[in-house]
Amino acid sequence: MADHKTNKDQRYDRQLRLWGDHGQEALENAHVCLVNAAASGTEILKNLVLPGIGAFTIVDGHRVSGEDVGNKYLKLSCRTVLLNRAQATTELLQELNTDVSGNFVEENPDRLLDNDPEFFHRFSLVIAVQLEESTCLRLGSVLWNAAVPFLVCRTYGLVGYMRLVVREHTVVESHPDNALEDLRLDQPFPELTNHITSYDLDNMEKKDHSHTPWVIIVAKYLQKWCREHDFQLPRNYKEKEAFRQLLREGIRKNENGTPEEEENFDEAIKNVNTALNPSKIPTAVEDLFNAEQCENITSQSPAFWVMVRAVRDFVQAEGRGSLPVRGTIPDMIADSDKFISLQNVYRERALQDAAAVSRHVESHLQAVGKLPECISEQDIRLFCKNAAFLRVVHCRALVEEYGVDTVHKDEITSCMDNPDSEMVLYLMLRSVDCFYQQHSRYPGVYNYQVEDDIVRLKLCVHSLLQEYGLTVNVKDDYVHEFCRYGAAEPHTVAAFMGGAAAQEAIKLITHQFVPFNNTFIYNAMAQTSATFQL
Amino acid sequence: MADGEEPMALDVGSSGDWDGRWRHVQKFLERSGPFTHPDFEPSEEALSGFRHIHVVDMDTIDVSNLNRQFLFRSKDVGHPKAEVAADFINSRVPGCHVVPHFKKIQEFDESFYRQFHIIVCGLDSIIARRWMNGMLLSLLVYDDGVLDPSSIIPLIDGGTEGFKGNARVILPGMTACIDCTLELYPPQINFPMCTIASMPRLPEHCIEYARILQWPKEKPFGDGVALDGDNPEHIHWVFQKSLERAAEFNIIGVTYRLTQGVVKRIIPAVASTNAVIAGTVPSRENTALFAYVPLNNYLVFNDVDGLYTYTFEAERKENCSACSQVPQKLQFPPSAKLQEVLEYLTENASLQMKSPAITATLEGKNKTLYLQTVASIEEKTRPNLCKTLKELGLADGQELAVADVTTPQTVLFKLNFTS
Repeated sequence: MADHKTNKDQRYDRQLRLWGDHGQEALENAHVCLVNAAASGTEILKNLVLPGIGAFTIVDGHRVSGEDVGNKYLKLSCRTVLLNRAQATTELLQELNTDVSGNFVEENPDRLLDNDPEFFHRFSLVIAVQLEESTCLRLGSVLWNAAVPFLVCRTYGLVGYMRLVVREHTVVESHPDNALEDLRLDQPFPELTNHITSYDLDNMEKKDHSHTPWVIIVAKYLQKWCREHDFQLPRNYKEKEAFRQLLREGIRKNENGTPEEEENFDEAIKNVNTALNPSKIPTAVEDLFNAEQCENITSQSPAFWVMVRAVRDFVQAEGRGSLPVRGTIPDMIADSDKFISLQNVYRERALQDAAAVSRHVESHLQAVGKLPECISEQDIRLFCKNAAFLRVVHCRALVEEYGVDTVHKDEITSCMDNPDSEMVLYLMLRSVDCFYQQHSRYPGVYNYQVEDDIVRLKLCVHSLLQEYGLTVNVKDDYVHEFCRYGAAEPHTVAAFMGGAAAQEAIKLITHQFVPFNNTFIYNAMAQTSATFQL
Repeated sequence: MADGEEPMALDVGSSGDWDGRWRHVQKFLERSGPFTHPDFEPSEEALSGFRHIHVVDMDTIDVSNLNRQFLFRSKDVGHPKAEVAADFINSRVPGCHVVPHFKKIQEFDESFYRQFHIIVCGLDSIIARRWMNGMLLSLLVYDDGVLDPSSIIPLIDGGTEGFKGNARVILPGMTACIDCTLELYPPQINFPMCTIASMPRLPEHCIEYARILQWPKEKPFGDGVALDGDNPEHIHWVFQKSLERAAEFNIIGVTYRLTQGVVKRIIPAVASTNAVIAGTVPSRENTALFAYVPLNNYLVFNDVDGLYTYTFEAERKENCSACSQVPQKLQFPPSAKLQEVLEYLTENASLQMKSPAITATLEGKNKTLYLQTVASIEEKTRPNLCKTLKELGLADGQELAVADVTTPQTVLFKLNFTS
């Protein structure tokens, strides 16, 4: 263990506490491509450069304009007005963190797609900002075929938009906010039963009695209950209340018959509800067991799926229908010895279960001609610890969202039951894209255009709705509003989206925490947001 | 809540303009729209943006700030945050003038705060937030019981913790204040002493043992030298002692990182969450600039799983001890000891005072019943804690004045005797 931390440890301390050293390593090995160094883009990159991403490459063919300087006052200054936007932005971002390697390509993304689409294959993630619809769809297609994750981000007036496109994103460490403990009180494993049996509550010394972990107490009384109730656990509220009463009666009394203060019993009573939850495999995990990728393990199978399969095998064999034991217990009132020995019972069982899973992993790897070292013991243990929290996210291709036959009509229509739902903002964004297709510009950019563009934009809305057969009502107010925006990119909205998009990028790179699926809309007017699957 | 944030400089004044500079902002100021307030007329001030900004921050820059506080660079470590932030903005944003104050917010009085149109807070403690809240409340002017709106200074408060954050707008005297929603803040984790002293189970217990019990006893760096979480040598000492303690009880998990986290009560922080909350704050300020009717005043954000925002109207508390002007009551029997009153003031969820000082007018004179923060007075008034309210000469209906670090103003309580 290092006595004094390295400079990097110190610098990144506050974020290492969130995603750990292994998460940081993933970040430092990543190379992100930003297409368009508009304000939203530089905000996103700033939030990736600061935490120490390995490298970034900006693709942008624009020159810096007066508008850019007005919008990114922290990034550019007057002297850079003559430079190309990609270079100017790269230099300023580099300054934020010298560990990061910054590159730029002064080229229009359309030209790159024409001449060298494979340019994009090298990146861990591509982020496109303020990109025209046609280029976006082209880029989306290239990236989908190369299985490179794609994050589209837009700031349009007071509306923010993000769309994630990724074939399959697996998450082992989802870090759920409120996870239930894995105590197995409803079906204790043999070592736990033995440990519980070693306690003789009735004949203990007073001090021991009041410092016995609540888990032991509940387990003991559960044994008693089961003997008297035909081996059925307390099921409904009435029975659970009766069980709680049983615990209350177990509190030692003093010479006068008044119950002593035994906080561990109070804890036991408080935890009855959750302690008696059946140890079930979550549906999300069952779905993974039933997935095609789990059923057919090949030499191409990612480690994630090999481990899912191994856990499934475990569940069907050694696990007897249960996942590997997690191995952690919450803190509880107890003396050190009793707590540590209880903790060790769970910990050792978890190691045992992980070893069994490991054997299944090995046999699958061997079966497809791969070495067992491919998947480390550490990874297997981490996987087992998180077995109940595994998540897989699929964010479908843009071409499906845009396809007349594959559009998610129902989702759109049902959201629009409320005509002020954030869905209307999505429809407006699609409409301004139609407008751009027709007029090679966005509506209302110059004052003199606003009034006429309202009529034109309304036509776009109608044709969009007709094309997709959407019988929804888009209020005129929104057409009005989107003309007013004039495709502006206000910095406050860009800052918000920059933070939001950067965090999703970090989730994609570290494979920790769960990314959104798949469309996020931010309404900066009302400061509300929504996520849709489109 | 996390470290103080750098200020958000808003769009600036008309000197130093160039072509296209205002194109993004102009659209909102000059064009009305269906969602703008019908009575809105952009003022000269709004059009020119916020030119003058004062920044108050008592901290110096630490290397661990650099992962997210983007106004600072490695070369700035050790320098006052307020001064470096001001220099950065003043040199890069023409027409903007930032005045730094390398001080605690409590070092300024009403005359300082009165000059501002708006206050934005990114404070790192609830105590500090309550103090600022109390300061702005004390500036309110009432004419015949009616609040004079020109005395209202809006307070925008933001905070983050890991992937969670919130931002709220407070119009003192009109909307919910910090104290109105005190119960929303989660309680701080403090381990019971008996666990730390004799029954450790977690690595954290071992660390607290070294910090709370061993350090004062062993004085490893000399008499009267307090444990400084920013001193690596101090942390190293705590770390070693914690390892020894843990070994004694077969507890695993003590690391240097955990030690530092526990001693300094470190809250994880990243650039992205801070950017999101910082992005909402100017929107709230700009509701005036952009002419939108300000809606719900409290926004929460969480991006652990997807992205989640929720905005609601925090409601004023009818009998809020800070902003309601309803006299606070203390109900105790005359036989109650002063100690009980003290405990009530600190433990009650709506009050949560830290070290209240209690005074009363007795026989025409102002008498300090108990004061903790000055050692000599604490010693002198300590015997009062064991005396009953009756013994102290207090009467039914008497007013007690309570001062505390959580408020710049004294809070008046009315003492009601119960039987």
